[in-house]
Amino acid sequence: MAQSASKHRNLARRRIVGWLGVSVALACAAIGAICLLIILGYVIVQGAGAVNRDFLTQLPHPVGVPGGGVGNGILGTFIILGIATAMAVPIGLLTAIYLSLFGRGPIPEGLRFLSDVLSGVPSIAIGLFAYAVLVAPLKHFSAFSASFAFMMLMLPLLVRTSEQAIRSVPQTVREGALALGMSNFRATVRIVLPTAMPAIITALLLAIARVIGETAPLLFTAFGSQFWEMNPNKPMAVLALQVFTYAITPYANWQQQAWGGALLLIGAVFVLSLGARLMLRRAMRGLEA
Amino acid sequence: MTTVAAGELLATRDLGAYYGNRQAVADVTIGFRRKAVTALIGPSGCGKTTLLRCLNRIHEINFDARVEGSVLLDGHDIYGGDVDPMAIRRRVGMVFQRPNPFPTLSILDNAIACAPKGLNRREKMEAAERALRSAALWDEVKDKLKTSPLRLSGGQQQRLCIARAVAAEPEVLLMDEPTASLDPIATAVIEELMASLCREFTIVAVTHNMQQAARVSSVTAFMLADETGIGRLIEADDTGKLFTKPTDRRTEDYISGRFG
Repeated sequence: MAQSASKHRNLARRRIVGWLGVSVALACAAIGAICLLIILGYVIVQGAGAVNRDFLTQLPHPVGVPGGGVGNGILGTFIILGIATAMAVPIGLLTAIYLSLFGRGPIPEGLRFLSDVLSGVPSIAIGLFAYAVLVAPLKHFSAFSASFAFMMLMLPLLVRTSEQAIRSVPQTVREGALALGMSNFRATVRIVLPTAMPAIITALLLAIARVIGETAPLLFTAFGSQFWEMNPNKPMAVLALQVFTYAITPYANWQQQAWGGALLLIGAVFVLSLGARLMLRRAMRGLEA
Repeated sequence: MTTVAAGELLATRDLGAYYGNRQAVADVTIGFRRKAVTALIGPSGCGKTTLLRCLNRIHEINFDARVEGSVLLDGHDIYGGDVDPMAIRRRVGMVFQRPNPFPTLSILDNAIACAPKGLNRREKMEAAERALRSAALWDEVKDKLKTSPLRLSGGQQQRLCIARAVAAEPEVLLMDEPTASLDPIATAVIEELMASLCREFTIVAVTHNMQQAARVSSVTAFMLADETGIGRLIEADDTGKLFTKPTDRRTEDYISGRFG
């Protein structure tokens, strides 16, 4: 009897501790979620008023002239990200293929380590590097130098995630191709890569989302512009940079435009992340087989 | 050239296989009869799959895998110095334990993914139909050739994998427990298929299932791991004889269900 009573008490205590544990965990999760919601809500409240058609399509107006927009910054963001992606994808993908196929030994291990180090380098340091190799020698700022900096920020993400994606293709699929006389290269390009593709695209979308709001490297690479600049060899307007420059001015009109720009950036990251999730779901379906 | 018994397309001589320092198979000398089904039986871990994987050099894609001895295909050692493993794998195709169709290719493209190169559109279609017919799958998929193989049942997927191997026009088909993941009805279909395929191909099939070996094969080889865990060939004989009058005590113990 006494034993059963103590057992009973023990169970009650464990229930309470369990309930407490779950509550604390939930509370912590709630704190994180609430912070995010407050940021989102505040940006929407402050910025929604600024976002209209003119804001999306027009050049910035001079101080004191109402209206105007960040159209050139949006265009510049697309151009700079486009060039960065065009450079990062082939380099990143080929590196990932190399690492996943010949993943053992000192060279691949070294590459992985360097890639991890690169992903930890502050973006401002990468911007400085781009400045040192592409801006200072040429004596002018350029959109291309910003693309170069973005590429270096995207590469480690792309390499490591794509390598994981390629590795997660079941070995049996690859063996099926090799065992019938397909070459290693053909099996990789024709069978393994397409199977890993949704996961690789997920990695790419996340890499773009990671750099789209980066501002620090732009300060001394793209530099900014008041015009519809489309030449990557010239300084170019970028949305994230416009947010920064407008936000630190004392003019209410520009400050509101900064909030609008921030809202656009958050919206872009939201869309990219959502796209990444959808692609990942497709990837999982493909790999289940 | 090394001498091989008449009627044997494929043979091993003192074959040993390793994973790193661990030896998995030792001293296997066996011949595989041309256009017949040879079954490899034995308990789990006896090295039968490893032996099979040595026969088309797929064993060596494991980074630390190693082979000693020789495997003779039509009298030539496939482990000879100037031999291209890919050429061997085109002559000695393989079907795996779990169906592994290429997930992103259509049924049609799966069937001809490993077919000889340089076919035009029409020849490809013909090759696909031929392969799918010889895998007894054509009638079930002819109206959905462009769809994903993942919608097929497990048995159909496995027959697609057989079609894929057949389309490569090999001389030998290696089958690693081809029905292990299938239900009895799908298993029966595959077994019938093996009986018809062996008119054209030399088949070596690993199986866990002794009844299956008795049903499909004309020769059966029994393997067993010794006390150090190294797989060895105990005996190989006509299937009828091996199952009724085995010469080795251990074979008798195994087929009468005393262990394994």
